[in-house]
Amino acid sequence: MSVVEGIKENPVEEFLRTDRLPHVWCSGCGIGTTVNCFARAVKECGIPLNDLAIVSGIGCTGRVAGYLRLDSFHTTHGRAIAFATGLHLANPELKVVVYSGDGDLVGIGGNHFIHAARRNLDITVILINNFTYAMTGGQVTPTAPLDSIETTTPYGVFEQNFNLPHLAASCGAVYVARWTAYHVMQVKKAMVEALNKKGFSFIEIIAPCPTIYLRRNRLGSAIDELKYYKEHSVIQHGADTRDVGIDIRRPEKIIVGKFVDIEKPDYLTAMNEHLGEVLGDKYVRWGE
Amino acid sequence: MATAEKKKKFRGVVYVAPERCKGCAICVEFCPTGAITMSDRFNSKGYHYPEFTYPDKCTGCGLCGMYCPDFAIYGFREKIGEGA
Repeated sequence: MSVVEGIKENPVEEFLRTDRLPHVWCSGCGIGTTVNCFARAVKECGIPLNDLAIVSGIGCTGRVAGYLRLDSFHTTHGRAIAFATGLHLANPELKVVVYSGDGDLVGIGGNHFIHAARRNLDITVILINNFTYAMTGGQVTPTAPLDSIETTTPYGVFEQNFNLPHLAASCGAVYVARWTAYHVMQVKKAMVEALNKKGFSFIEIIAPCPTIYLRRNRLGSAIDELKYYKEHSVIQHGADTRDVGIDIRRPEKIIVGKFVDIEKPDYLTAMNEHLGEVLGDKYVRWGE
Repeated sequence: MATAEKKKKFRGVVYVAPERCKGCAICVEFCPTGAITMSDRFNSKGYHYPEFTYPDKCTGCGLCGMYCPDFAIYGFREKIGEGA
């Protein structure tokens, strides 16, 4: 940490719409921690705030767009990536960040997610995974582990859930990482790397939901959950994403780390190259 | 310690905004040196908020500010001026 003198306000204050605070998230919720990390990551990247846009969907994590003093966009349920796609293609100079929850991005908007990853659009997707639709009372999401109790599955979940890093990596994302709300420094570093990465970069952050998920499953408080992350997470950079799924409610180990970091032409580069080749001088390159 | 104590060049400082706090106590739990404790007092919403009880222990790492989900606390390092 750098040496600062006479600082009288929170270093993340300039990124927040302070008139809206205190925010709606529950006591101990992990989303605020990740917003903290995001603000510090943006500060470290040095991206001008006018060149950064943040898009959120609906849900607890969807409220992030409302609390950040950036060009922010609160979209319809599940369509955050669809809006971000349009935003990125219309103004390629803009750095577009999608910040939303698991239910929104891979539940309702799963199709947008896989196709944005397949096309390798130059956007950053930050997914906060709390294993439930928390804002609407705790319905089951595609990420809910086996046996977990949700409002709509009072006898436990029996479906196989999504392994999100594997989903993103197999669809073609160039940067895939997973961390938990306990690993604040690593989350910040991953966000810096993802913001600087050209192409579809994806970070999954596992966060405690003390009011809905933890209470309904009797897993203790937010502090217990963070301690659990601390004791049971294993850092394996470059791990095979097929093995990193969280299948049961309390796995012996949560594999975290940076799984994929490759170089691949993104959507606009590929489009310009291909159309430039086919159409020759007639073609005006877009976004360069 | 046998040798004279090394003179500190920095001092850790923590600021708390009680009105934003929701009393989750994550900062108290994850402070590496235990410099923060929960206060007995309440804020206007009825939550206990953290207090910077042991300034001597604080190293100014700023982890409390990183963990705080409510942007209610932050720590930093302050240079100790001459004669301090």
